[in-house]
Parts: sequence; structure tokens; C-alpha cells
Amino acid sequence: MARVIVDVMPKPEILDPQGKAVHGALPRLGFDGITDVRQGKRFELEVDEADDATLAEIRQIAETLLSNPVIEDFTVRVDA
Amino acid sequence: MRIGVVTFPGSLDDVDARRAVRLAGGEPVALWHGDHDLQGVDAVILPGGFSYGDYLRCGAIARFAPVMTEVVEAARGGMPVLGICNGFQILCESHLLPGALIRNDHRTFICRDQVLRVENAGTAWTSDYETGQQITIPLKNGEGGFVADAETLDRLEGEGRIVFRYVDVNPNGSARDIAGITNERGNVVGLMPHPEHAIEDLCGPGTDGLGFFTSALAALAQAS
Repeated sequence: MARVIVDVMPKPEILDPQGKAVHGALPRLGFDGITDVRQGKRFELEVDEADDATLAEIRQIAETLLSNPVIEDFTVRVDA
Repeated sequence: MRIGVVTFPGSLDDVDARRAVRLAGGEPVALWHGDHDLQGVDAVILPGGFSYGDYLRCGAIARFAPVMTEVVEAARGGMPVLGICNGFQILCESHLLPGALIRNDHRTFICRDQVLRVENAGTAWTSDYETGQQITIPLKNGEGGFVADAETLDRLEGEGRIVFRYVDVNPNGSARDIAGITNERGNVVGLMPHPEHAIEDLCGPGTDGLGFFTSALAALAQAS
């Protein structure tokens, strides 16, 4: 068994209102040192074996369903 | 003329859309997301709401609903397709329209009577308006900010594919005040505001929305 992690993040040039809301809340809690927050999504996919064919398929899944390439970037990695 | 309205799990405005079709003089047909069947309709409306709970991204799951196979094929063949609010999000996720809708820049849900300027009265859904005409219809969304890269926005602008722009205020941070767009052929139109809520004087801000549905019926009558 293996776990594959897909991280999806809003593209840098796309406004991230959720990240901004989180960032705005930090000073109210007394955390002043954070200069920016971006919020994304993390998917954990369980597979029998994280071989090249499976990873290629997961990249396809990430591109077609888990992310929208117009507004988001993704990365795929095997959980160590 | 028969206009189908798709109901997804979480659709809210399917009944209003069917009513709008009827008041405009058409025959509304209820379509189900789980069927690979358009029941021989002449046009399709994807209504507003929160299909599949807006899980993942707005419209991302609905895009893969069984009925969408037929909707995408028909749209590519020239059938008039209108996406309202969540329907617009589904059309973008389906790549029938470019760009995407993201959370409103002010981070709050907005519900207001919105003034729009009709920028293109040549589409299947806007021929009963005049270019430059201003109409008022309700707007209600949390994720209505239209975004696309600069090249796509320039192309939309250059090809006259921006169909509606917000007037007076930009209610959700949409790029270049865009409220609605169309495809190259002009048969597929998506917009965030809700014409189906402005079809009777009794409810809503007036009857400015009725023209969407009479336009489609006229386009269909002309084609037949």
C-alpha cells in the first residue's frame, strides 16, 4: 500500500479570498509576523503500488478533476 | 419549442427556470442529471444552485454528471445552452466557456438587483435585447468572480464574446466587470445574474429577464 499526496494551490496571480481572510484574522489573535497566507487543498489517494503508471494516472486525475488548471496548480508526490 | 432544464442534486432555480420558459411561450422539459437523455429538447438551461454541494469546486462534479455528456455534445453541435450562476460555473468547468469563477473578492455572499449592460445582442439568448441596453435582474452568489488570463480576456473582448457587463458596481471582483460571456458560435451563454427571477412584475425587479427566453425561442423558430 502507498499513499500519494496531491496538493492543489491557487495560481499566484489568482486572488485567494480565503487565504486573505485567514491572514486578516491572525493579527486579531496576536500573531503579527505572518506576511501572507495562501489556502489550498490536500488530497490523499491510497493505492496498492505507487509505480510510474499509477502516478501518471494520478497526474491525470489531478489535472481533470482535483484541480482546475485555469486557476490552480498542483503537485503529486508519494508519501514517504 | 421545447427547452430542457437540468436538475442536479443541489439545484435551486430549476423550477423558476422552467416557469420562465413557460411564461416566454415555450414548453419546459425537466431533465435529470443522472440520465444520458436530453428527451429531444431544442435547447438546454443549466440552472442556479449548489450542484453536488459545490464540493471540490463549484460545478466541478456536475461537469461529470451523465447528462453533461449529451449537453456538451449538443452544445458543440450548435444547440442553444444557457448557464445561469451555478450553470455558468458548470459551463466553465466543462470547457464550453473559457475562464473560471472564484470566491467574491469581498468574501461575502451577495444578493442584489443588479444593473447589466448588454454588450452583445447577437447570441441565441440575447437577440431580443439591443446592444448597449441596460437591464436589471437579481444577482446572488458567493463565488461569482470571473477570472481568466489576460490573453483570454483580450480574445473575449476582441471577438465580442463578453455578453454582459456589470454597471455601477462590480459586485464580485470579476475581471473587466464581466457578468456573462459566450462561445465562438454564440449558442452557449453563461452569466452569474439570474434572468429567471425577473420575468413577472409581481416578484423581483421587473421583467427584464424574460428576453433571454424569448430570444432563444425566436432563434429556434428561425432555425426550424
